Amino acid sequence: MEAAVGDARQRLEERSLAPLRRTGPLYYGLILALLLVIAWGAYVYFYQAQEGLIVTGMRDRLSWGLYISLFVFFIGASMAGTFVSAILRITQAGWRKPVTRSAEMVTVAALVVAALFVTFDIGRPDRLLFLIIYGRWESPLIWDIYGLSTYLVGSLIYLYAALIPDLAFVRDRLGDSVPALKRWFWDAFSLGWTGTPSQHRYLSIILVTMMILMVPVAVMMHTVTSWIFAMTLREPWDSPLFGIYFVGGAIFSGTGIIIILMAVLRKVQHLEEFITEKHFSYLGYLMAAFALIMIFFNANEFVTHAYKLRGHIALHLQETFVGTLAPYFWTYFWGGLILPVVIVALPFTRNVAGLVVAAVLVNIGMFLERYLIVVGGMHLPLNPYPVPTYTPTWVEWSLMAAGASVFVLIIAVMVKLVPSMAVWEMLEEPAGEGDLGEAQPQRAARTARGGVQ
Amino acid sequence: MGSQGQAPESLQGENQRKWQLSRRRLLKLAGAAGATAVAAQLGAGLLREARGAEEEAQATPKRLRRWGMIIDLRRCDGCQSQGTPPKCTAACIEGHFAPEPMEWIEVYEHELPGGGTQFLPTPCMQCQNPPCVNVCPVGATWSTPEGHVLIDQNRCIGCRMCMAACPYERRFFTWGQPTVPLQSLFLEYSPEHQVPAKKGVVYKCDFCPEMARAGRLPFCAQACPQHAIYYGDLEADLATNGEAVVRFSQFISQENAFRYKDDLGTNPRVYYIPGHGEATGRSPDKKGKLPTRWTWEEKVKGGKTWKRQ
Repeated sequence: MEAAVGDARQRLEERSLAPLRRTGPLYYGLILALLLVIAWGAYVYFYQAQEGLIVTGMRDRLSWGLYISLFVFFIGASMAGTFVSAILRITQAGWRKPVTRSAEMVTVAALVVAALFVTFDIGRPDRLLFLIIYGRWESPLIWDIYGLSTYLVGSLIYLYAALIPDLAFVRDRLGDSVPALKRWFWDAFSLGWTGTPSQHRYLSIILVTMMILMVPVAVMMHTVTSWIFAMTLREPWDSPLFGIYFVGGAIFSGTGIIIILMAVLRKVQHLEEFITEKHFSYLGYLMAAFALIMIFFNANEFVTHAYKLRGHIALHLQETFVGTLAPYFWTYFWGGLILPVVIVALPFTRNVAGLVVAAVLVNIGMFLERYLIVVGGMHLPLNPYPVPTYTPTWVEWSLMAAGASVFVLIIAVMVKLVPSMAVWEMLEEPAGEGDLGEAQPQRAARTARGGVQ
Repeated sequence: MGSQGQAPESLQGENQRKWQLSRRRLLKLAGAAGATAVAAQLGAGLLREARGAEEEAQATPKRLRRWGMIIDLRRCDGCQSQGTPPKCTAACIEGHFAPEPMEWIEVYEHELPGGGTQFLPTPCMQCQNPPCVNVCPVGATWSTPEGHVLIDQNRCIGCRMCMAACPYERRFFTWGQPTVPLQSLFLEYSPEHQVPAKKGVVYKCDFCPEMARAGRLPFCAQACPQHAIYYGDLEADLATNGEAVVRFSQFISQENAFRYKDDLGTNPRVYYIPGHGEATGRSPDKKGKLPTRWTWEEKVKGGKTWKRQ
């Protein structure tokens, strides 16, 4: 048994170090492709800055569009990370260990991209600093900016603190075999970690403090994002449900993003032994539960609105269910809510491939949901005139692609600098459920089958 | 009254300034560049601010004006009888060099419950609980003590939060580089007369505070051929349409005035007297008005236009 655990440890170390040691041509291809898209995005952005927002599809009567939808979407994606990882750490769920790192990476990358989309939407990016210089605390937008920066800094601390032992581990193992820049990075950022008991004590104090702090901060972040909309007098947005609705939606789509990222890392870095089907099905259950919660929220929203049909709500419901927004809504409803629940519920689709499909569906659905919230709330005429139309232009699509590329790029760079699982947690607490002790029977089974592992 | 943005300090002084050719601007245009000019500008600015503060201190014992508007819909026929587009809108556009497609005062044609239509000229409602002011992240829009809601286009970052918040849709964004007429370059910019127009910021009806201070009616009220627009001071309890003077409070009570979307609690300063242009002999069944034209813009080249949508 001892020897077997030692074996598993060695394989864990090998697997987590391999991507940092070698980089294949596919990776460089990916980075190149991402950089090309980002370069195109930069060109388009300067074009937009020069011409003004006239190059977008937005106009006075529908003055927020794809950028704000994407801002909300990426804020939502960020939720999962720190929130899921903190909740799992607080509840001491042993199976969290291979999951937390990728979740935290998603948070950081998504927040950076969310901030990017706000900048795309602003008419005078040259005055962006005014938000700091003249910021008024009465404005929901300022709450969001303070919320976002607090959340980003907190997430970075949380991600980084849990990284220190792994950085030291990588430094010790690979210190001599890599370029000087990487060596310097590991050396500088591992802060002289040697794994002494006092270092562990301090680390656990930081982690416990951060994980307790990050949960309310994450909830606050999504609530104030919803308040940007809920603080206005537009009927579909004018709802006390909005805060919790956004929090729920954020955990929902964020979990989906973690599933996708984990599946990619598992495949690319050959982590099948450590990130098992069980991890996917646990995250799948979480996602399905939140799909049901989202259905509950939607039912609440529509039924209370539909019963009274106050103001423009009749038009809003008509547009949503059978009008111009109906294709988006029904794709969201059937594809983004019902189908993922079915995939998770059926035993023969509840596997890695099935859950990745479900997670992709959830994220497409949630993107459409964000779009429905922003455009659906905006397109109700407040004065006697026809319903305004909005079609995003090539400029908006280009910047959407560039933003998404930045998101992937940040994660792609991170997984080449640090191990994509919390190796030290998996190594040092073998008593928990779902770590190396857990990997054992599987390995035994594989050996019995004469597996190549 | 809700929480209101504070006027940037530098603008307190500007409130006192008249709409006139600015010496500072002229100097700049004449090309007096260099450190001397900068120093002179700075000195002048400081002096003006000190003077502004002094004037303000002297003005304190005076009663504070509370500007308001009454629009008599009985007299408004959407300028059908004139055979022109609404003249209030046209005069506002000419007076402010408002770029296409901005109609700071826009004449909406509302359906009447029994069929037919009425015309509703809608300037900025100058809400006393202004949703737009509450949400501005940088204090670029604020309520003045006299009740005007103004925008500082040099402060606005173009986030359009106020446009989402305004329930009357009285805010307009310069989506592209707007047309700027040559003569407007000689006017010094002030939030009270928002020229010359800039790209990527928000504009709206400013209620013509400088005109009021100079003892004149706003462009829209001056231009109305039926004298349907009364402008006045709730503090002095007087309003005029250029033809008659009425007691503000008495007039709105006696004529059953209402405020647009009053149930939202925005507390507007614009009152409407119900009607459909009957004083001009218009029948509610006579629908339609001519589309607004931006005649000044037709004479000036350059700049972009877009659709209001």
